[in-house]
Amino acid sequence: MPDAATLERLVGALKANDADSVIDTVESPGRVAIEVKPESIVGSLEVLRSAGYEFLASVHGVDYYPHEPRLGVDYELLSREACDRVALTLRVSTEDPHLPSVTPTWPCANNHEREAYDMFGLVFDGHPDLRRILMPEDYEGHPQRRDFPIGGEPILFTHNEHNVPRWFE
Amino acid sequence: MSTVDPAARELSDYRKMEESITISETTEFEGDRELLTLNLGPHHPATHGVLRLLVTLDGEVIRRLQPIYGYLHTGIEKTAEQKSYWKAIPVVERMDYVSYYFNAMAYCGAVEELLEVEIPKRAQYLRVIHLELNRIMSHLVFLGTSALDLGAISVWWYCFRERETLLDLFEMSSGQRMHTRYFQIGGVIEDIPDGWIEQVRKFCAIMPERADTYGDLLNKNEIFLQRQRDVCPLSVEKLREYGVTGPLLRAAGDPWDLRKTMPYSSYEDFDFQIPVGTKGDNYDRYQVRLAEVKESVKIIVQALDNLPDGPTITDDRKIALPPRHELATSMEALIHHFKLVTEGMRVPEGEAYYAIEGARGELGCFVRSDGSSKPARVHMRDPSLVNMQAAPAATEGWLIADMLATVAMFDPIIGGVDR
Repeated sequence: MPDAATLERLVGALKANDADSVIDTVESPGRVAIEVKPESIVGSLEVLRSAGYEFLASVHGVDYYPHEPRLGVDYELLSREACDRVALTLRVSTEDPHLPSVTPTWPCANNHEREAYDMFGLVFDGHPDLRRILMPEDYEGHPQRRDFPIGGEPILFTHNEHNVPRWFE
Repeated sequence: MSTVDPAARELSDYRKMEESITISETTEFEGDRELLTLNLGPHHPATHGVLRLLVTLDGEVIRRLQPIYGYLHTGIEKTAEQKSYWKAIPVVERMDYVSYYFNAMAYCGAVEELLEVEIPKRAQYLRVIHLELNRIMSHLVFLGTSALDLGAISVWWYCFRERETLLDLFEMSSGQRMHTRYFQIGGVIEDIPDGWIEQVRKFCAIMPERADTYGDLLNKNEIFLQRQRDVCPLSVEKLREYGVTGPLLRAAGDPWDLRKTMPYSSYEDFDFQIPVGTKGDNYDRYQVRLAEVKESVKIIVQALDNLPDGPTITDDRKIALPPRHELATSMEALIHHFKLVTEGMRVPEGEAYYAIEGARGELGCFVRSDGSSKPARVHMRDPSLVNMQAAPAATEGWLIADMLATVAMFDPIIGGVDR
């Protein structure tokens, strides 16, 4: 995690790029997460890239149910020079789960963004190939959301195959 | 019994989505050459699991490669959310089923970061020993199965002989051959049994020589060499762009290894080297792994030599179960035991990302706690999923046979890709 001076510098750089992009800074043991506005994520990641955080390790989708706005995305950045990690987070609501995709500028985010779309219904605008990645193409719903029940899915057998909708289309 | 009237229902986006997967009905042309789209998998012996590959071919030359995942999706992350923290370890281990110690380590590490718990030195060393044994095991499985793909069958038998020895060692220390659940939050579940260290030493004495033998078997195999040397190389820049880590990145010459650069679990105590390649072709990918086996043996020997005495799990009773003998005499121990087994530990609210150097690259675990006794989110950054993003770039323009060799060298474990 970056020390206080580095963090201040990073937040300053983020604010210089877009004055009201930074919402909050969450410091916990061993980790710093900077919360930014969803619209400014592409610019913010570029700012951190030029500050040395050149490797986007992963993108995690999160559901903060019952808190609002419910959905979140977590970008884990790594600086190879400083051997240091910092996280960028953002929150969007389930009513409007749109956010800009970072895949055009960070090709490594491709599969992770598809997974977050698949599991949480986060729509990454500008993603070159936003399809479901793990669930079947015709699956309805986003199973990693906290209000998605487990065990609620009918299992196909010959006796119920015509009642379970759509499999034969 | 209700019947479904297809006309009455709005058609789902299924067809639209299916069209976005480029299985075009019309013939595709490149200049005056007709392209052929071929489906490989999900059940194909050369795809190492249920990986589906959609290849567009011009003759035998690959013009486009599209991996399609999800055939082994079992919802482990969703399952983990329904279990208390320590009961989620067995399901997390089953993600990447060839490197189960790594999965457990990443998950336990993330939870330990949230709990801010100190791990006893002996437990850290035991973790290192098991992680490195697991790395050898994983690389042996890689070597055996990919040599099998390239027609060298005998290597497979030899590799699995050593793997068998390793599984016996795991069984001896934990009672299970695979998915051992040996790592616990706060340490390891119990101390190693008598005689285990001698068995590991015996293994460490023969393994480097065996690794050389396998190298000799393959390095004098003309067919193997022709399918490996200078085939499908990728530059460091290209690999970094796709987020590739681990042996694949090191094969291209970038000595990035989290064990060295950001040590965890006392890796800073050990003296070992990072094998790197020069070209980043298939041959380097295989050689780097073979060399890593020997480096892992070095780490294990050092850890055994300097194995400290002391407890193997934290003595924080809110996290670790009390020793069995205390239950008969101490009321507090009984209460702690009861609370841990029924409810589980409560973890302070927060988020943690804990990354380790897995057998295939950076294996990171993201855990979010909402203050209850069950994780609110467990997400693995699995190296296989990220590394596969580079597969199209590596294989486009090469022959279909080279593609199979390259997928074998990428060593994706589909259990980790799909989780």
